[in-house]
Amino acid sequence: MFDLTGKKALVTGASGGIGASIARALHAQGATVALSGTRVAPLEALAAELGERAVVVPGNLADAAATEQLAKDAEAALGQVDILVNNAGLTRDQLALRMKDDDWQSVIDVNLTAAFRLSRAVMRGMMKRRWGRIIGITSIVGVTGNPGQANYAASKAGMIGMSKSLAAEVASRGITVNCVAPGFITTAMTDALNGEQKDKLLTNIPAGRMGEPGEIAAGVVYLASEEAAYVTGQTLHVNGGMAMI
Amino acid sequence: MSDVAERVKKIVVDHLGVEEAKVTENASFIDDLGADSLDTVELVMAFEEEFGCEIPDDAAEKILTVKDAIDFIKANAAA
Ligand SMILES: NC(=O)c1ccc[n+]([C@@H]2O[C@H](COP(=O)([O-])OP(=O)(O)OC[C@H]3O[C@@H](n4cnc5c(N)ncnc54)[C@H](OP(=O)(O)O)[C@@H]3O)[C@@H](O)[C@H]2O)c1
Repeated sequence: MFDLTGKKALVTGASGGIGASIARALHAQGATVALSGTRVAPLEALAAELGERAVVVPGNLADAAATEQLAKDAEAALGQVDILVNNAGLTRDQLALRMKDDDWQSVIDVNLTAAFRLSRAVMRGMMKRRWGRIIGITSIVGVTGNPGQANYAASKAGMIGMSKSLAAEVASRGITVNCVAPGFITTAMTDALNGEQKDKLLTNIPAGRMGEPGEIAAGVVYLASEEAAYVTGQTLHVNGGMAMI
Repeated sequence: MSDVAERVKKIVVDHLGVEEAKVTENASFIDDLGADSLDTVELVMAFEEEFGCEIPDDAAEKILTVKDAIDFIKANAAA
């Protein structure tokens, strides 16, 4: 089950905790992976670790032209993109009253607009081949909201709405569009929280622990697989029971 | 150049799965040939590929009938 032999996948944010784990998992199922991010060193290190069937395609998703170029580079390096994982994301937390336009815009640009641009770029080939998987890494807070994260929550909720719309547009062409919504996962993003913040968080997680990147990657593998062909426009919540929706 | 018309019609027949007789020059993709909006996008992609030309979005929106497609390609494609 979940064999991805011969499939070509582009994973953004592969220099980060969850993205690297997603790339490893898709690769382990047989896919060829293109690893993207702005920091080339960790991407090269991951490609070296994976060995065959891994290429590095850097790109800054804050920049429109660079994002379009990334889609082209990935198609050139892989031959085609069958699976797109829009995982790159950043936070710029601030209470709304203090949030600068720039904090708002930069989060929307990378988390949402770049995901749209990449999806639009790869959909063309997917439509022709009558097969494609677009998977967005959203967040629990896109559904629940979170103080200090108006920008981030908006970008993640936006990704869910966008995915549902794309899913409806291209379902008849063998393309599925879904999201995975992590709760709190141990990565650089959550390392920034202090001990007290973490303890408080854990009291709200029925599973009593934070999640691991591999637990997000497993959801992505499922949604990328042939077996999930009839699942589209959905959001798979992986959060230890923190929110049941 | 009538070759362009033949090639356009063949793409339409293949893509929409309609009878060749129905693909007259004045046939509208959506109203007469049962295409949906995504089909029209795919037809434009297929024309671009067949004729090696780029059809910008604002031009694509005006390609509503078989004749519109033939005229655009005759005016803009090299082959
Ligand atoms: N960790 C969690 O608990 C959690 C919870 C919910 C959702 N998520 C989501 O999961 C995804 C991955 O997060 P993570 O925890 O793995 O965080 P991370 O380790 O900080 O990784 C973030 C990734 O996004 C990339 N990125 C950021 N800005 C970019 C830009 N301008 N251009 C290109 N790439 C950019 C980074 O690449 P470079 O560093 O190379 O620029 C990095 O690879 C994010 O979308 C995040 O919102 C995480």
